[in-house]
Amino acid sequence: MMRVYSDKVNVQKKPYYNDRFWVAPQVPRFEVESDAVFAADVAHLKEKFDIKEAYIEKDQLVVYINPNDNVEVLQTLRDELSYNFLSEHSAIDWLAKSGEFEIFYQMLSTCKKKRMRVKCFIKEKEVLKSVTSLYNSANWAEREMYDMFGVIISGHPYMKRLLMPDDWYDHPLRKTYPLQGDEAAQWYEIDKIFGKEYRDIIGPEERDSARINEEDTYRFARIHHEVAFGAKPSSEPTFTDYQEEGGVFIVKKLKKADAKILKERP
Amino acid sequence: MQKVNRLKPFFENLVFEREDNHMIVNFGPQHPSSHGQLRLILELDGEKVSKATPDIGYLHRGMEKMAENMIYNEFLPTTDRMDYIAASANNYGFALAVEKLLDVEVPRRAKVIRMMLLELNRISSHLFWLATHALDVGAMTIFLYAFREREYTLDLIEDYCGARLTHSSVRIGGVPLDLPKNWIENLNKFINHLPIDIADYEGLLDQNRIWKMRLEDVGVITPEQAQSWGCSGPMLRGSGIAWDIRKEEPYELYDEVEFDVPVSTTCDSYGRYKLHMEEMRQSIRILKQLMPMYYDTTPELMAHAPRYFSAPKEQIMTQNYSLMQHFVLVTQGMRPPVGEVYVATESPKGELGFFINSQGDPYPYRLKLRTPSLFHTAFLQELLVGEYLADVVAIIGNANIVFGEIDR
Repeated sequence: MMRVYSDKVNVQKKPYYNDRFWVAPQVPRFEVESDAVFAADVAHLKEKFDIKEAYIEKDQLVVYINPNDNVEVLQTLRDELSYNFLSEHSAIDWLAKSGEFEIFYQMLSTCKKKRMRVKCFIKEKEVLKSVTSLYNSANWAEREMYDMFGVIISGHPYMKRLLMPDDWYDHPLRKTYPLQGDEAAQWYEIDKIFGKEYRDIIGPEERDSARINEEDTYRFARIHHEVAFGAKPSSEPTFTDYQEEGGVFIVKKLKKADAKILKERP
Repeated sequence: MQKVNRLKPFFENLVFEREDNHMIVNFGPQHPSSHGQLRLILELDGEKVSKATPDIGYLHRGMEKMAENMIYNEFLPTTDRMDYIAASANNYGFALAVEKLLDVEVPRRAKVIRMMLLELNRISSHLFWLATHALDVGAMTIFLYAFREREYTLDLIEDYCGARLTHSSVRIGGVPLDLPKNWIENLNKFINHLPIDIADYEGLLDQNRIWKMRLEDVGVITPEQAQSWGCSGPMLRGSGIAWDIRKEEPYELYDEVEFDVPVSTTCDSYGRYKLHMEEMRQSIRILKQLMPMYYDTTPELMAHAPRYFSAPKEQIMTQNYSLMQHFVLVTQGMRPPVGEVYVATESPKGELGFFINSQGDPYPYRLKLRTPSLFHTAFLQELLVGEYLADVVAIIGNANIVFGEIDR
């Protein structure tokens, strides 16, 4: 029997059914000229930089630039076009399609009340210049981007993984990284806490949060049938009483009848 | 040097270098005042912080990764776990982003209910902020008072959606339920009493010597810093920049209600405290205007877009085609158009943004969660330098960070 082909470059969940004749509609894109403010911004940028593409999508300007110009473009946007906030900055993984990351800088101008997105494509091992000198908000955004995608940043003051541990293998938001974690992930805590020599004794970490091993009463107790550590599972229900019959010194048993429950706000 | 990778005590907490009176303190991740799993590596010169390095990731659940593996409706309850103090605000931000991508218009009654929930969440979140912040600074009474009032907001939300913490009270395309009987009356009772309660808190705190000493001129954020570090919400308005997304880029019916955007020009923690109090009053004002608006609406709750949303339940149960469509939408999920959208909403903590890149699949190709607390936490590395160790707790409490949305 043929084995089922599984996509190695994108291991994310796929729809189980696709209509062959269905063509996904496109979110409408508008000419930059349809908005006076954006048209002026793009014209200003075009004087200095090579703008590959510019359009308006969902009331926001999207501008594609050369990745080498990123610092200069953002400087122009901040100093000359008053885009004073860098709200968000991250990447999209297109490695499977073109071997590239799509980097986006989500900008906000509180004076003009406009939002725009500066985008560029970089190759996988290409180095992107840091924009922390312009916007401090890029500090953690770039660290997170490196952590999650492995986008290499130069000129960052403290380039270190942000969310994952420093010695984590691979970058979790890449499409090649499975949702439950890869093989390195399932040994990570075992190696870290007990040491590599304990791998055979403990076994790999179960990373499927939905899986319950019925035999496993060591780590997953059967409710009302709890047994001591290491003992065989028992069918006898365990007796649990949360308060002694005669009562404990000082602690009084709560009598529901005596308790006063307010029906509504006094 | 001890081996770090063994379960033995590892004394990384304290490094004494007796020569220069320099000390490194590891604050958190298990510290009651760190408001979650925040680890701060503080370098102290005497009692002054000379360098602060925030370290996060202890609550990282990989929500962006999860989103890529979930249909849009499946992801909505996951957003509850971001800012769990005001879960509806996250649900709403996500729902609005997807609706904008789909280009659907939500019925008016759903809009009113959503706004009511959002403002209730804002009150709830601000009360929680006040309670925990005051507790950090040492005021125990206010904690109990604010939590008492917060119960009423939670009761109202529980009456509406059945949950107190993880609401999931908003659906993509509308809201799941109409308001229950007597809900508006209860809300009215609550918001009529709340201004008196807020006056009580202010009576306890405004002129309180300890409170003022701990907050005034502590954690000063200049407008330049606030802009550069991407601050939003009260952290931004506390620096004198009047930017409220509800006002500037109105969504839902915020352009139909009257409210002011309070701004503090003192730039310190005390100013932000006053700001939070005023924001609660403005929320009450919005809620008061919403109540009559609710009665003027028709009872539709979900947008009509059969390609994306299931029909009402009775229609599913009676009409075959609606049932088929419902089955497809539940098992396969909706397929939005190809495109990108970034939608920012004013959550109680600041600008909550959802960036969605859709490739026409039922799963988002990329979903980026822009959470205000992440940027405020990043800012701590600059904000804490030069402050005293005792003020670190006050500043963290004042920044109103929630770890569910920092680590995501």
